[in-house]
Amino acid sequence: MKGGWFKVYAIGYLLFLYAPIILLPMFAFNDATIIAFPLQGFSTRWFSAMLEEPALRIALKNSLFIAVTTSVLATALGVFAARASTRYRFPMKAGLMGLIMLPLVLPEIIVAVSLLVVLLGLGVNLSLWTVILGHVLICTPFTIAILSSAFQALDQSLEEAAYDLGETAASTFRLIILPLVMPGIISSLLISFTISLDEFIIAFFLAGTEPTLPVYIFSQFRFPLAVPVIMALGTVLVCLSIVLLAIAEYFRRRGIAKSGGKDTGGFL
Amino acid sequence: MMGTKSRWARLRRTEAANGLLMISPTALYAILMLAAPLGAIFLYSFLTDGYLEIIRDFTFANYIEAWTNELYRTVMVRSLGVSMVVTAVTVLLAFPIAYFVSFHVSPSRKSLWLFLITIPFWTSYLIRVFLWKVILGYNGVVNSGLLGIGLIDEPLTFILYNVNSVVITLAHAYAPFAILPIFVSLEKIDRSLLEAGQDLGESRFMTFLRVTLPLAMPGVIASVLIVFIPTIGDYVTPQLVGGPEGRMVANLIQLQYLKLDNYPLGSAIAVSAMAIVTVVSLIFVGLNRRYLKGRKA
Repeated sequence: MKGGWFKVYAIGYLLFLYAPIILLPMFAFNDATIIAFPLQGFSTRWFSAMLEEPALRIALKNSLFIAVTTSVLATALGVFAARASTRYRFPMKAGLMGLIMLPLVLPEIIVAVSLLVVLLGLGVNLSLWTVILGHVLICTPFTIAILSSAFQALDQSLEEAAYDLGETAASTFRLIILPLVMPGIISSLLISFTISLDEFIIAFFLAGTEPTLPVYIFSQFRFPLAVPVIMALGTVLVCLSIVLLAIAEYFRRRGIAKSGGKDTGGFL
Repeated sequence: MMGTKSRWARLRRTEAANGLLMISPTALYAILMLAAPLGAIFLYSFLTDGYLEIIRDFTFANYIEAWTNELYRTVMVRSLGVSMVVTAVTVLLAFPIAYFVSFHVSPSRKSLWLFLITIPFWTSYLIRVFLWKVILGYNGVVNSGLLGIGLIDEPLTFILYNVNSVVITLAHAYAPFAILPIFVSLEKIDRSLLEAGQDLGESRFMTFLRVTLPLAMPGVIASVLIVFIPTIGDYVTPQLVGGPEGRMVANLIQLQYLKLDNYPLGSAIAVSAMAIVTVVSLIFVGLNRRYLKGRKA
């Protein structure tokens, strides 16, 4: 078979990648307090315990608020940058785009401490909004990566045709461009939502006294008795992100198909 | 009056002005929330820490402390070492996968493979790291498995709470980051070049070494950088699976900022770490300059 050894390697590699995710439901449904083998039997008690945890509910509410707000703001900023970088040439383009994309490689702790220093220096109280400031910063590069391919696939003659037929710049954007890049926008909203929901360091530094879901999870790792509930929560979160990502992928592909492009695969 | 107005109108019509206007919200946000704060920690790193406030005395003392204190130096050297090993392991393991998906998977199924590879990356990072603790622990998956098949007599202890576990966990976390850039550069390779190589009498392996690999180098370089730079600042992995011997520079920065409240020293450590990362990255790019030459941006 063509590439037989490669295939064996690839499957081994996927096993390595999925090892933690395969274990997660095993321990979530395991009828034991200690996270270790051998498994003790099937139980859903950690899931019911999860639903009765008030601190978790507060953390979840905080995280959802942050993730929804972040995804909208980051996608809006992403639309501007992706449109500018794919459509126009302008001075300082490389420098500005470099700065905007920098959080993609910058360690998150650097983003976190630098924002912390400035916000405290300005006397801003830490709250969910300060977390949002940081999350928008780290999500925007991902939205730009997704939206750029959506904008790149646009045929500029469609836009010119709209102008010729008497549409203004604003109405062209609303009637022609927006519907064509809509799948990209949805995909970008979902990806930023997923990133924000999972982000820990920035929330850890900037959340003040209001915990987000990852901050709550991190605090629970200190108590061995609380860990099975976290495994149950993790199982739910993994399922949720797989669903969100599958939807995002669907829209990304549909967007490419819609504008007649060829799928080059992948989010980045 | 008319003159300035028409000049403004003309300027507004130029492509440059339109582009700048369009990017300005995002650019302003990045300048205010990223560039300025980075400038601020740079500034803080030269100030003096008082007990309750920062004293505005210009000093190099924080840098001297960060670079000469035995503890800080050990952690810094360790972080750099861990990042380099993680980068090497991740990129070497990732290359065959990227090659497999690009050359051996039928085009219609490439997206599915990439989707499968990226999914673990998007699922709760904290919980994934914690599960590595379960996998590598004293009565964890690896040890009970090896004990079960009789390969070892007592649990291995060198795989948790030290540098090894940090390397394994980070290599796992950054795998998709390494695969995607390499995949993209392999996809760009014109397949007829490979046929030409073989038609001219090169073996498959020599064709790979002399045609495929050099053309894939831009992707390899990108994946090295995209793994190396963030790993050095990873906080969660060393904190959860590193134990005292596995602490890295991010743990030190967190300690200075949130526990000891010493912002200037924390800033000096952060700036030093970023400076080291930048220098190492530039040297790496410089050494591989020839592969990047003549490449269209």
